[in-house]
This record gives sequence, C-alpha cells and structure tokens, in this order.
Amino acid sequence: MADPAASGPLLETPLHALHVELGARMVPFAGYDMPVQYEGIIAEHTWTRESAGLFDVSHMGQAWLVGPDHETTARALQAIVPSAIASLGEGRIRYTVLLNPQGGIVDDLMVTRPAEPGSEGRLFLVVNAARKDVDFPMIAAALPEGVRLEILEDRALVALQGPKAASVLAKHVAGADEMGFMTSMDGTFAGAGDDIEVKLSRSGYTGEDGHEISVPSASAEALVRALLAHDEVKPIGLGARDSLRLEAGLCLYGHDIDETTSPVEGNITFVLQKSRREAADFPGAARILKEFEEGASRKRVGFRLEGRAPAREGADVLSADGEKIGVLTSGGFAPSVGAPIAMGTVDAAHAEDGTPVKILVRGRELAAHVAAMPFVPQRYYRKPAK
Amino acid sequence: MTTYYSKDHEWVAVDGDVATVGITDYAQSQLGDVVFVELPEVGKTLAQGDEAAVVESVKAASEVYAPISGDVSETNDALVEEPAKVNEDPEGSAWFVKMKVANPGELEELMDEAAYKAFVETL
Repeated sequence: MADPAASGPLLETPLHALHVELGARMVPFAGYDMPVQYEGIIAEHTWTRESAGLFDVSHMGQAWLVGPDHETTARALQAIVPSAIASLGEGRIRYTVLLNPQGGIVDDLMVTRPAEPGSEGRLFLVVNAARKDVDFPMIAAALPEGVRLEILEDRALVALQGPKAASVLAKHVAGADEMGFMTSMDGTFAGAGDDIEVKLSRSGYTGEDGHEISVPSASAEALVRALLAHDEVKPIGLGARDSLRLEAGLCLYGHDIDETTSPVEGNITFVLQKSRREAADFPGAARILKEFEEGASRKRVGFRLEGRAPAREGADVLSADGEKIGVLTSGGFAPSVGAPIAMGTVDAAHAEDGTPVKILVRGRELAAHVAAMPFVPQRYYRKPAK
Repeated sequence: MTTYYSKDHEWVAVDGDVATVGITDYAQSQLGDVVFVELPEVGKTLAQGDEAAVVESVKAASEVYAPISGDVSETNDALVEEPAKVNEDPEGSAWFVKMKVANPGELEELMDEAAYKAFVETL
C-alpha cells in the first residue's frame, strides 16, 4: 500500500523523543516516524512472548462516537459495520470492520462500549494509522442527526503485552489484572508522579495477554518511563509487532485484507454476528451472506514453509502441479516458530489445512503447505470460573 | 592481504588471486537479525555487480553483489546453518564466498578502509 504521507514531513507521536533516547532505529510508517527496533527484532519478539513488551501505537486513530443513548449510537455505527454493536455489553470491546457498498473492508477497528457512569451513548473507536484519513470522513458522513464523531488528537496509545504484562500494570492501576479479555475500564495510573487518567483495554495484537492503554499525550512519557522501570518490561518496535501478529494469525490491514476483500474472503467471519446476518442490513450484505453460506471463491489462509528461506508479501502461490492459485499477503521468519511462515489469499479449492503448495521466491519453488492459524497458541486472559 | 570496500557495503579481502567477500558490520547492523543466507554454486562465474548471494533479515531480503568479477571457488556453507553468524562476525568468520580474481583492475574502483569509513559517515 502506498504510504499516504510519503511526501511531506513525518508526524511524531508524543513518545518520539523517548524512542530516540532509547536508541531506537526510526523509520517512516503510515506517515509517522516510528521505532522499528531497539535491540533487535528477534530479541524483542522473544521478550514479548516471555515477559512484557511495551509498544507505542499512538499513531493509531482514537475517536468517540457520541449519541443520545447506546441504541442510537450503536445503530449509527451498525450502518457501516456487520457486527452486533447494539447488543455489546457495557465495558465490552468488539473487533469489527468498516465496509464499502461492495462488502469490501475499508478498515478493521476496535469498538468499545464504556461502562463508566456518564458514558451512555458513547462508543470508543480505535482505527489503523494508515486509514484514519479514510475512516473518519467515511464514519462522519454516515452518521445521522444527533450522533457525532469526536476525533481524539490529544491522546497517546501504548500496548503492554506478554505473560507478565498484566501483573506489572496492576502495580500502577488497581484491578487491571482482573479485567476479562476484550473488556475495558477507566482507571488511575499511579507511580508516575501525578496520578494519570487512563483508559484500559484488555486486548492487543501479539497473541499474548496484555492491555492497550489510552493516555493523555502530556502524560504518556511519564507513564511509559514508569512501566519501563520494571525489569520485566522492555520497549518493542514495529518490527517485532509485525512478527508477533503474524505468528498470532492476525490480519494487517492493507496487506492481508483491503477494500477488495470481504470478511469471508479475509477469513474473519467472526465479525458477522448471527443477529446481523439475519437482518442482512449492512453494506455489501448480499455478497457477504452469499459467501458466508456458499463459501467465497478465495480465502485468507496461513502457510508453513518447509525450508529456511522466508517468503514475503507478493510471492506467487502455486498448486502442487504448478498452477498459480494465490499470492502471499504477509510473510517472514517466525522467531517463536523457528521457521518461515506466511499468510496469503488462495483459491478456495486449495484452502484446506495441509494442502501442499509451492511458493515462488526468486524463481525457485519453495515447498510449503496450508497451515492452521494461529501459528503459536494465543494466550489471552480467561477469567477463572467462579 | 588488502581489504577493499564497495558502496553496496561488501568487503573483499585479497590474498594473491583469491578474494574473500562478505558484508560489512554497517551492512549487518542495517539489516538486523539475519535469518537466512543463500549462497551461489561453487564454480559460478560472476561479473562485477552480479547478485552473488541473498541475505534475509526478519524484515526483508537483500542481495549481496559481487564487488569484483571472478569464478566462485568456495562458499561459507556454515552461514546456511547458522545465519546469525552474519550479525556476530560479519567481517571475519561470516564471509560469504571466495572468488578467483579475474580482473585486478576492478579493485582500484573500490574504497580502502579509511574511504569506506568516511563514506558510511555520510549516510
């Protein structure tokens, strides 16, 4: 995908100076000057899987949808997403997609219905950095009278991910480690000078347990320094963020899914809740529901490669008898798997797990097979049964 | 033995008519963690600037170009098994190929260590 801000100066997050101080290698990403790595991608990847990694994701778009009551605001959003938002419980988060009239994915996003008093009628949205300029005008244009979009320009977003992440965060925000997966909570972050108001989401993009923390920009650096002061926590760059999400089988917008991909082709049919499928009242419903019932002609799948050579986005995928059946949309070396893995879109006839394929890299056919995702077990937090 | 450097960040150490080729410490630091190395066949004839090898980091694939012309006389197969050696000892044990120098005049187009250091400073 073209970098939307390839021309013009790069934007900086509120943590930019800290990244430079920490010795990060900075690269342009989605119009921002972002840290791709600090000590090295493999070390940072492994650290996140074994301890706790801190990611600056402030480039992502944060916004409120504000209406008179939950039902009205949720229905406004439901006009452009296929997920059940009206039935989303207080304090719950849902992953969904914005759809164009053809049923293609305009972006994927997180939607939170806050539980806090006074938040009735509000939904908190987090969208991809590279899609802010598309998403926000599209959402605003779709809203009925009485529901408005408030884009948050003054908040940073950081993710703390890994098996030790929740226990570290709980030292600063009481109860953070007791939140259920895909729930949200407003809290007060202590231990970084003045108390800091934060919005916590128990979610992430690594396959590990952890939180995303929305924090006022002015307090972001103090909060991050307080987290990095724990021996369990290290800063992690976008390089490891990408290898972690690939192992976790999670889509990257603009690569694994785009405006031509439907949720069925993208293999994210869990965004289509039953009530919405029955109502068939979302953009592209005819196409999407037909694909849901009959299967799409192509599908996003995972691949494991048999040798050591990585295969990257754009490589052709061939059937066992050499016919082109698809293309890789992401790929690389998977540090926790210890081998190259990939994602790609293939013709439905070749999408079953275990199907042998060949991937064309520099004129050579690498042996691979369609593989179940995630490539490493997801380790999200599950509340103990009472 | 004299070592020369290319603008593509290869080094070539010449001993008689045998040239040992690798990538510089600057190159490995820019690549990051190396996870895969592909080497040419022994006996392959390379012209100056031809793709001699491929080195892949977690993020991306990069070509290693032949800094001079010549036939490949030996490859460092240990790198295939242990690509991380490229990060650990790029200008020593993690050499890529040995070549028979075909045209000594090509060495004159390369930089010496001081010139290469100055070149890296400008990047």
